[in-house]
Amino acid sequence: MKIRTVVAAIAVALGSLSAIAQTDTGPVRIGFITDMSSLYADIDGPAGVEMIKWATQDFGGKVLGRPIEVLSADHQNKPDVASSKAREWMDKENLAMLIGGTSSGTSLAMAKVSQEKKRPFIAIGAGSARLTNEDCTPYTIHYAYDTVALAKVAGSALVKAGNKSWYFLTADYAFGHSLESDASAVVKANGGTVVGAVRHPLNASDFSSFLLQAQGSKAQILALANAGGDTINSMKAAKEFGITKSMKVAGLLVFINDVHSLGLANTEGLQLADSWYWNQDDASRKFAKRFFDKYKRMPSSLQAADYSAAMNYLKAVQAAKTTDGDKVMAVLKSMKYDDFYSKGTVRADGRMIHDMYLFQVKGAKESSTPWDYYRTVAKVPGEQAFTSLAESKCALIKK
Amino acid sequence: MGQLMLGLVNGAFYAMLSLGLAVIFGLLDIVNFAHGALYMMGAFAAWILLDRFELNFWLALIVAPLIVGALGVAIERSMLKHLYGLDPLYGLLLTFGLSLIFEGLFREQYGVSGKSYPVPELLSGATDIGFMVLPNYRAFVVFASLVVCLGTWLLIERTRLGAYLRAGTENARLVQAFGVNVPLMVMLTYGAGAGLAAMAGVLAAPVIQVTPLMGSNLIIVVFAVVVIGGMGSILGSVLTGLGLGVIEGMTRVFYPEASSVVVFVVMVIVLILRPAGLFGKET
Repeated sequence: MKIRTVVAAIAVALGSLSAIAQTDTGPVRIGFITDMSSLYADIDGPAGVEMIKWATQDFGGKVLGRPIEVLSADHQNKPDVASSKAREWMDKENLAMLIGGTSSGTSLAMAKVSQEKKRPFIAIGAGSARLTNEDCTPYTIHYAYDTVALAKVAGSALVKAGNKSWYFLTADYAFGHSLESDASAVVKANGGTVVGAVRHPLNASDFSSFLLQAQGSKAQILALANAGGDTINSMKAAKEFGITKSMKVAGLLVFINDVHSLGLANTEGLQLADSWYWNQDDASRKFAKRFFDKYKRMPSSLQAADYSAAMNYLKAVQAAKTTDGDKVMAVLKSMKYDDFYSKGTVRADGRMIHDMYLFQVKGAKESSTPWDYYRTVAKVPGEQAFTSLAESKCALIKK
Repeated sequence: MGQLMLGLVNGAFYAMLSLGLAVIFGLLDIVNFAHGALYMMGAFAAWILLDRFELNFWLALIVAPLIVGALGVAIERSMLKHLYGLDPLYGLLLTFGLSLIFEGLFREQYGVSGKSYPVPELLSGATDIGFMVLPNYRAFVVFASLVVCLGTWLLIERTRLGAYLRAGTENARLVQAFGVNVPLMVMLTYGAGAGLAAMAGVLAAPVIQVTPLMGSNLIIVVFAVVVIGGMGSILGSVLTGLGLGVIEGMTRVFYPEASSVVVFVVMVIVLILRPAGLFGKET
């Protein structure tokens, strides 16, 4: 009799436990899906995971009295891998929020899953402005940068400096296409012309024939609408084939890791747009030093944004007193963001509006300390850098 | 015209890599999936030699293949030799696993952005050859690769040592009975194949970024080259390598989006029409 009661009690307890686990108890899980091992792994990757973990530790390891867990996975730059992992976590692990790493195709896929499951999705490494434009969802926040901002900040500066004719070398997938079309729009708006474009496969083995075609176009600017390893190899080949003598090479998305591996000799004078630079102020330097002590290199803007986004999400959960997707999104879209990474707000379309920077790569002589690579040319206010609400095609914007 | 020339440069890399693969497969019946990793390690060896020991490119061109060749010998002695006589699938799986391990180790150590290797001073700059500006270094690559390919072919097809090798693969026991040390020969052949891959890696280092992924980006294409040329046919893989480089280069001009696929399209067509490959012997 007694035993039966105990067993029954345990059964009831277990049953209710599993029922509660699906609602508001148990660990708060933050997911991060990015390129962990291929061409974008250095600018985000495993160090990005660590940044999110740092944020949860610095927050105290708990939110709403519940422990915080960080899940991470490698999407191998494949959208289907990213979306099925996201779905699995949301269904089985009760994932509270998802952070999207590098590669736009994967983030566009994850945004759709997050919308369906009503979980906040913060895209960081992905560039395509479609995430908060034609493909915006009520649950997507685009946190760090986007292709429109890169085009407006880096592109318009170059056109205004007299570089009127452009030729694009574009990575043949969502990000490259977005960047090419956004940059083309900026070039034309500033009175320049686009004389041609060539599209190369992602992770291409050789760029020389693409570059030869670019050279034949006689354009003033060779614009690289690619990223990571592809940018590095196209710049190397451009120098080798003497293209840098007749054309000016503009990397539309260049990270500090790319500059580091190419070396200042290959990149001196290059102008680039980014959302953050480790040496921009004291708070950034403090974060960068902590990163450097562990990794012996400086953080990219994406890794800084990974930390910032996770930290601000946890603050929003604290304020909302729940992990409920809709309620947390309401807080995320109304709160003020102010930390070492940026100061800003999130608009109704999910675009985080913060200052962007135009940097120029220093020469070897100017660079005084390790990783002292950039000089700030201009600080562009967020309202000017990103898509304006008037231009937006996002259905969430009421006009 | 310029594009043809560039295709030839890329083809030279394909030729050198597929040459090593063809030698290893033709003589040892090993499908060496670690070839890409050996190529990558050749490039890294060159970079490390320059960075740590200040050995220049020319010395690296000799030293790096020796180091990687020695590693190849070690792999053959410690692992591959246990698999002789088994289904070639086992060798494939083993070498594939090895390549993942090597790649992972280098990724852990150096990250995926990789390292920049400068073009040797003697060959820096470019020459205007009328229809295009050809970097001197790329011209050198074509030349070097042709020399190496021709040398290897002559060694195997036209010398006594080559005859032993070919005989040893036909009937090891009989050749052994004549007093030839077959296991030693097999070991050195694998080492030489590994060395060839490493040499291609050193040659590639100044042209593309030295990264842990450079081998796996290339290995599938190179396998396609070997299959098209006819598994194990040395001359076949060299000619196919050069030819496919040119075809790929042309595709980059006329329909760049397809440039990463065209090699495989050719492979499918060749396999349908000539299952043994262009230069392969029907068995």
